[in-house]
Amino acid sequence: MTESLPDRKPSRRDFLKLIWAVFGGAAAVEAAGIFIAYLQPRLAEGEFGSRITVGMVDDFPAGSVTHIPNGRLYLVRLPDGGFLAIYHRCTHLGCTVPWDQALGKFVCPCHNSQFDMPGNVENPPAPRALDLFQLTIENNEIKVDTGTVLQRQAFDETQVVYA
Amino acid sequence: MTEEGNPAPAPRSMFDRMRERLVPDGLPEDDRGRIRMVVNSLVLHLHPAKVPERTLRWTYSWGLGGLSAVLMMLLGVTGIILLNNYTPAVPQAYLDILELRSNVWFGELIRNLHHWSANLLIIVAVLHLVRVFLTGAYRPPRELNWLIGAGMLVLVLAANFTGYLLPWDQLAFWAITVGTSILSYVPLAGEWLSRLALGGPEVGGNTLLNFYSMHISFIPLLIFALMSYHFWRVRKDGGLTMPRGLDEAEPPISERVTTIPHLVRKELVFALAWIAALLVFAMLVPAPLEDIANPDVSPNPAKAPWYFLGLQELLLHFHPLVAGIILPGLAALAVFMLPFFDTNPASVGVYFRSRRGRSLTFLSAGLALVLTPLWVLLDEYLLNWSAWLPGWPALLSNGLIPLAVLLLPLFLLDEWLVRSFKADTEERVLFIAGFVFTAFLILTAVGIFFRGPGMGLYWPWELPVAGH
Ligand code: HEM
Ligand code: FES
Repeated sequence: MTESLPDRKPSRRDFLKLIWAVFGGAAAVEAAGIFIAYLQPRLAEGEFGSRITVGMVDDFPAGSVTHIPNGRLYLVRLPDGGFLAIYHRCTHLGCTVPWDQALGKFVCPCHNSQFDMPGNVENPPAPRALDLFQLTIENNEIKVDTGTVLQRQAFDETQVVYA
Repeated sequence: MTEEGNPAPAPRSMFDRMRERLVPDGLPEDDRGRIRMVVNSLVLHLHPAKVPERTLRWTYSWGLGGLSAVLMMLLGVTGIILLNNYTPAVPQAYLDILELRSNVWFGELIRNLHHWSANLLIIVAVLHLVRVFLTGAYRPPRELNWLIGAGMLVLVLAANFTGYLLPWDQLAFWAITVGTSILSYVPLAGEWLSRLALGGPEVGGNTLLNFYSMHISFIPLLIFALMSYHFWRVRKDGGLTMPRGLDEAEPPISERVTTIPHLVRKELVFALAWIAALLVFAMLVPAPLEDIANPDVSPNPAKAPWYFLGLQELLLHFHPLVAGIILPGLAALAVFMLPFFDTNPASVGVYFRSRRGRSLTFLSAGLALVLTPLWVLLDEYLLNWSAWLPGWPALLSNGLIPLAVLLLPLFLLDEWLVRSFKADTEERVLFIAGFVFTAFLILTAVGIFFRGPGMGLYWPWELPVAGH
């Protein structure tokens, strides 16, 4: 047998080893990819995740907060008459945030985050304002697309929809 | 008997022949036979044939690793039985548990046994880690076994966490909601990871199925595989580390005794005693079950499983990226690196390394005992970083800045040890680990016993009883 010198030319055997390594590696990556793809969420059909009709504009007085359980959201009508569809899930760690009518704010039971009516953080640990859904008003009918969650740092006027 | 050389007469009765074929050798009567039995047996060969007498000392290992193994066996058996009465679907899962409690013979007992063994396993595995840490048993050549042990601890936590969801009651639903939400704070991949774990945007039927499959196949298989390797490695690394008193200069020479009966008898008695105790406990104390999961109503307070309440307490005080990702990540990194930078072979087997090591450990634990509750109170009633730093991103004002303020004293203390006492690596490791571990225990206790509605601080006797 010949001693393998440090800088000998790659032999046929080295080449085959390399080929094996490349194909083996590729197979492993593919298998991992298939596994992860397989685990991807199945599409949730049903109420939440689709476009739902919440009600008519006049059902909601100005300055009111109404829980819409099947849309997982609060329909908020600000004192000036504008609408927001606020996801009822706390931006801290996902608890469902109840509206406290007496205090006039959202108070999370899990770690005591508090949010004002438009969803701004009044008390951490929540890191950002409550999430929104896109809200549209057609012929005085309020519709909310619960398929996409819109994250925001804080409330601003452009988020409000008017009838 | 057969010692004279003439073979014994062939057994006459059918029962003699049965015994002969089914239990070929009977029990060995001399040391050679005992040694051969260990070497030849599938189960016993995880043991060496002989062990140094001293390592059998009860007060050295406290039998904690062995107890972990016993609990894993119990969990395997009770888990398999439970499978026969469980459907991983909403709402059937919850109904099945109700059925198990009221309509299945011994159903409640099996569930309680599984529940309490799982909870005890966490305590025991952590205590085992503490004992390995305090005796320096992770040092070369045992680095790999330390890492395998740490990996098993993570898997044990994962097994507990995935199992927690299965009853599909309010407790389960919200603990898992809160627990998995931490995932979404992983930089960049967070949302994707959390959707992957949950099988959707929120905890639901897909989550239950994902967790169920992990809980009954992947995780336990991996634990049992690692456990076998862990035991074999203990043998490979030369058996247990040799216990040594604080004042013994040299590792003592210890007489070697045969595994049978000296070790095996102890193990059997120990295992049986624990199983008996657990049975009694499971008969007396039912595992909790609350109302069926209701995604619209978070209970107040909504707590994570008790072993994550230290983490949850951190989450009350810090931005989730700091509390849920950075701090646990640093702790994991420290556990991983430990056997590679703290390597002094001279103090292996000595609890606390030395008298000074012991004093330092108690000092650091004592400091943590005083400072941690103080800080919890301060942060609850006085500190308000986000109000003092308005307009700063929450990650800084409620995360990195208070973290830096907290770590500074620890850093200064460490510096003081080095300057004033010329503390070496192993002493600093003891000091810092003692501090951090005690602080974490206290945070856990605060989360369990002192957090009430709205996550406010309460005295334990003022807390509303869970589920009522
Ligand atoms: C499912 C969990 C575990 C089981 C069943 C287990 C089992 C065992 C057993 C039976 C022993 C023999 C000595 C003794 O009983 O103390 C042992 C030793 C050891 N374990 Fe574990 N263990 C587990 C978790 C861990 C953890 C969390 C660590 C640390 C990160 C760890 C690290 C070690 C080391 C380094 C040794 C050698 C100790 C020595 O030689 O003194 N193990 N383990
Ligand atoms: S989940 Fe709402 S404050 Fe933590």
